[in-house]
Amino acid sequence: MIPQSFEYLRPESVREAISLLQQHGDGAKILSGGQSLIPMMKMRLARPEYLIDINRIPELRYIKEEGGYLKIGGLTREADLEHSDLIRLRYPIILDTAAAIADPQVRNMATIGGNLAHGDPANDHPATMLALRAEIVASGPGGERLIPIKDFFVSLFATALQHDEILLEIRVPIPPARSGGAYFKLERKVGDFATVGVAAQVALEESRACKEAGIGLTNVGPTPLEAESAGDFLRGKSLDEATIKQAARMAAEHARPSSDLRGPASYKTSMVRELTIRALVHAHQRASQQAPR
Amino acid sequence: MAKKIRIRIKINGVDRDAEVEPRLLLVHFIRDILGLTGTHVGCDTTNCGACTVLLGGKPVKSCTVFAVQADEQEIRTIEVVADHGKLHPLQEGFKEEHGLQCGFCTPGMIMAAQALLERNPHPTEQEIRWGISGNLCRCTGYQNIVKAVQYAASKMA
Repeated sequence: MIPQSFEYLRPESVREAISLLQQHGDGAKILSGGQSLIPMMKMRLARPEYLIDINRIPELRYIKEEGGYLKIGGLTREADLEHSDLIRLRYPIILDTAAAIADPQVRNMATIGGNLAHGDPANDHPATMLALRAEIVASGPGGERLIPIKDFFVSLFATALQHDEILLEIRVPIPPARSGGAYFKLERKVGDFATVGVAAQVALEESRACKEAGIGLTNVGPTPLEAESAGDFLRGKSLDEATIKQAARMAAEHARPSSDLRGPASYKTSMVRELTIRALVHAHQRASQQAPR
Repeated sequence: MAKKIRIRIKINGVDRDAEVEPRLLLVHFIRDILGLTGTHVGCDTTNCGACTVLLGGKPVKSCTVFAVQADEQEIRTIEVVADHGKLHPLQEGFKEEHGLQCGFCTPGMIMAAQALLERNPHPTEQEIRWGISGNLCRCTGYQNIVKAVQYAASKMA
């Protein structure tokens, strides 16, 4: 399958990229890893007139902790996250998520920035970033701004990024001591999009009661969703079996899946409940094991 | 028509220059312009991995990369796996362990496996299966492919 013809531009800096976006308006799309965009272009579901390849902009690929945040550059490849010691040791929920995306070849090209900016509810990082209460650093003609993740996903394939903005960085507030998270993805086969995915991040008090909980849902609505009521419910409670089951029921109530080849809506809703239980149990385990910082 | 872009790619150790439409897929550049038809187009939807090549040493699905993205980069395809006619241990392994039947997925499998072994010379069976999880085979059921990679790993140890 052949994409519609387009002009190809390869800026060498963020400023140049933004200027090109301004110049070409709606007709321009950013090319990051291309693993979501290029398949759409091959099916002519996306027909940009101008493709702005940002892959040669050097400063956008990094994973580091700084100033109380885990900062991940938008051009960081999923494979970078999968193989990062920092991520594996301190943010295993992000390892769970990156490793669940597609396959090794796709992960060598796909970027976390693209995974978020594409606005696809079937992508995996959004749920995890919702659970982690991340912030998006966007850069546009007016400079940089911070977009809280809960405001980022607007509708199907639409995010809060303006047309002349680029996603520069994802910022995760470093979780407090006794925190843990996990991402569980149900898929028909390896490399598939999620039938359902659930991310859970919890922080525990010294008493081991839940201090804070975030639960994100993949592919059960027109956007990635946060199960806010379930997270609120858990606050102050001990994460025993009954409490987790109740939270899982509440998380399932947030889900608005469609019936499709991956299953009927009722099945997917049940799976939200089941995966929320597994994600919370695992997050709780990781939080309990975590050595003090 | 869009403005053609001049690219220079080091393919299997040799620099090649070309002027290509931006929408030319890397797999078509490799097959139709360079004449290297060992890399196959299978599903064309980023699933099967028959188009797998090494870009900057990393396995990628060349049906989902534009040729212009590979400008100034190095590509290795199946044609360069053998050493001047001497089979690479992976190729020997596929032969000895019957790791192919129709052979259509095989170049992609070998490129993915080669990248795996370069990163992890002593993979467990699970790690092999994970390493080729982007490559589909309709013939073998994967068992002998795994054995072929294990054969190669022990030969290369």
